[in-house]
Amino acid sequence: MNHVIDVILLGPPVVALAFWLASAVERRRTGSAEPGFFARNGGPVAAFLLIAVGFWAFALIVWPQLYMVDYSFHPKLPPAQRFGPKDYYTLANYRYFLFGSPDDTSHWNDTHLHAFGITIFVSVIITIFNFAVCYPLAYFMAQVARPGAVRRLMLLLIIPYWINEILRAFAFRVLFGTGGVLNGALIGAGLIRDPIDFIGDDVALYAGLTYAYVLIMMFPLYNALESLDRNQIEAARDLGAPWWRIHLDVVLPHAKPGIASGATLVFMLCAGALAAPLVLGGPKTLWFTPIVYDRFFQAFNWPQGAAYALVLLAACMAFVLIVMRVFKVSLSEIAR
Amino acid sequence: MSADIDLINVTIRFGDFVAVRDVSFKITGGEFFSILGPSGCGKTTILRTISGFLPPTSGAVRIGGRDMAGVGPNKRPTALIFQNLALFPLMSVAENIAYGLRVRGIGARERRAKADELLKLVALPGIGDKKISELSGGQKQRVAIARALAVEPQVLLLDEPLSALDLRLRQHMRAELRAIQKRVGVTFVYITHDQGEALTMSDRVAVMNHGVVEQIGDGPAIYDRPATPFVASFVGENNGITGRVTGLADGFATLETPMGLLRGRDGAGLSPGEAATLFVRPERLRPEPAGFAARVESTAFEGHMTHVALTAADGHSLTMSLGRDVCVKDLTPGAAIAVGFSAEEAVVLRQETAR
Repeated sequence: MNHVIDVILLGPPVVALAFWLASAVERRRTGSAEPGFFARNGGPVAAFLLIAVGFWAFALIVWPQLYMVDYSFHPKLPPAQRFGPKDYYTLANYRYFLFGSPDDTSHWNDTHLHAFGITIFVSVIITIFNFAVCYPLAYFMAQVARPGAVRRLMLLLIIPYWINEILRAFAFRVLFGTGGVLNGALIGAGLIRDPIDFIGDDVALYAGLTYAYVLIMMFPLYNALESLDRNQIEAARDLGAPWWRIHLDVVLPHAKPGIASGATLVFMLCAGALAAPLVLGGPKTLWFTPIVYDRFFQAFNWPQGAAYALVLLAACMAFVLIVMRVFKVSLSEIAR
Repeated sequence: MSADIDLINVTIRFGDFVAVRDVSFKITGGEFFSILGPSGCGKTTILRTISGFLPPTSGAVRIGGRDMAGVGPNKRPTALIFQNLALFPLMSVAENIAYGLRVRGIGARERRAKADELLKLVALPGIGDKKISELSGGQKQRVAIARALAVEPQVLLLDEPLSALDLRLRQHMRAELRAIQKRVGVTFVYITHDQGEALTMSDRVAVMNHGVVEQIGDGPAIYDRPATPFVASFVGENNGITGRVTGLADGFATLETPMGLLRGRDGAGLSPGEAATLFVRPERLRPEPAGFAARVESTAFEGHMTHVALTAADGHSLTMSLGRDVCVKDLTPGAAIAVGFSAEEAVVLRQETAR
């Protein structure tokens, strides 16, 4: 493990050096009119900033991820034999994901592939559903409501998030359970005779996941819609557009970066959710994240877990790229 | 093609605030009609009411004889040009102009032809494929006009559209707007706080203050025969001299003022003893040995005119604008000068009571 420590210790100074070189090159190119990064901030502060940022970016983000990528191409070995003579590169972990066996490729790994497909599909559905729920509310808050009403609505949206995720998930179980509040109300009202199995039918899971990420969709959408000049809406209306055309032609195109940003965030968090699927998922539903979790902590197969996690990461990145292509927005617009 | 607009006892309130108070007037079809007033006088509120974005609290708006109550802005024969133009930044110039046609279900080819035709009308041929962000201020202006005209409105409503332009372009666009209005023959209702704009472009001007129409008339009427002290002092420069009416004869009023007895046209049907203000334009004041005494404070040379700041009796400040044909020996600060004016060129109006 020695070289791991080396990498962690060496990384930040390397990054700092790279920044310093870049600033030196820039100084030379623009002439020395602008003081450089070190001159502006003073030597010690600049060095601290560079090393701190370098540590954060490299040691906390880049290096562990690269380590995971590397890990996923190795066989399961006791720590002592890692990087030893018995270590080698292999695709076995990815083969296992596809075929349910490290070397036999005659059968598909139905359970895991199915869970993966369901996770991606449901996450897409929930993203769309979330947008449908948030758009009218965000539009109302950004363009119609008075400032006072907006503040009250924001508070109402934020307060439930002070309760932690597990508790919220269990609250949804109470709400949707066979003997739960909703069934009780429906039976009490005489609408149904036997309770509906909301949890078994995954209604509770979809509702819980949608609810969990409402704010994640809400804020980018609200920000995007809030920046729309109201005269644009009135101009479209004045030119004869009915309300739905105004949204289609003026409001939605303007909000595109916000929609893309909200959609990618909700999708990634949804596909990576762990608590809600465990608590609210029906017995037939197997979410992909619990499988990843099991690879690490039930099967104690970290390389396989790393491979599974990377498959999920790749799917999320593919989703982001597709969204960017469909909405014709750039990464910087999403991040705005 | 163009429609009359009738405002009948229109009152608009926002809570306790009365933005427009019992306003009635008629705009004739094909007219270039301006509403002139300081900011907050209710002129934009009236425009929004005509366009349908703001229902009147009471009273009625009729366009082409048809009552507009309950008719939304997208169903009215009006088109509005916003102060900030509100062009759609994500659409091309041609798409902007043709947007009103697109929502009416008109085919792409016909839309494009109409957009090109309108671009020619506003003297911008061939820029249909440009982005809005690539246009200059004046070009955006014209595109906004073309977009509004595309839906063939009977009334075009303009909310201070020239205010963002620089002076030269603004003056050029005044003439351009006037020419476009003559060409298309549509009723123009033009909102402005700039009296120069109102006077140069309009057939008739309504001067508004505090939600009330003070006077409606053509340019010379507003400028030379103001009906209220507000109109007299808001439209153009004016010298106001307050005093008490001492005599009335043949449509002229004599006013007792700190500068002595002054005579002007009786513009308000005054009665003796009333407090009144005499208004005389700076360009109507001139050096006159028989006039009242004043002292020169400063002079400002503006090419075609020289503006002389004067102090008369009681410390009253006055401005006198002299054309280049008038010769005055001594205009150095502190010099004594006698000034006067002819009674036909001054107007005496009843003093405004606080509303």
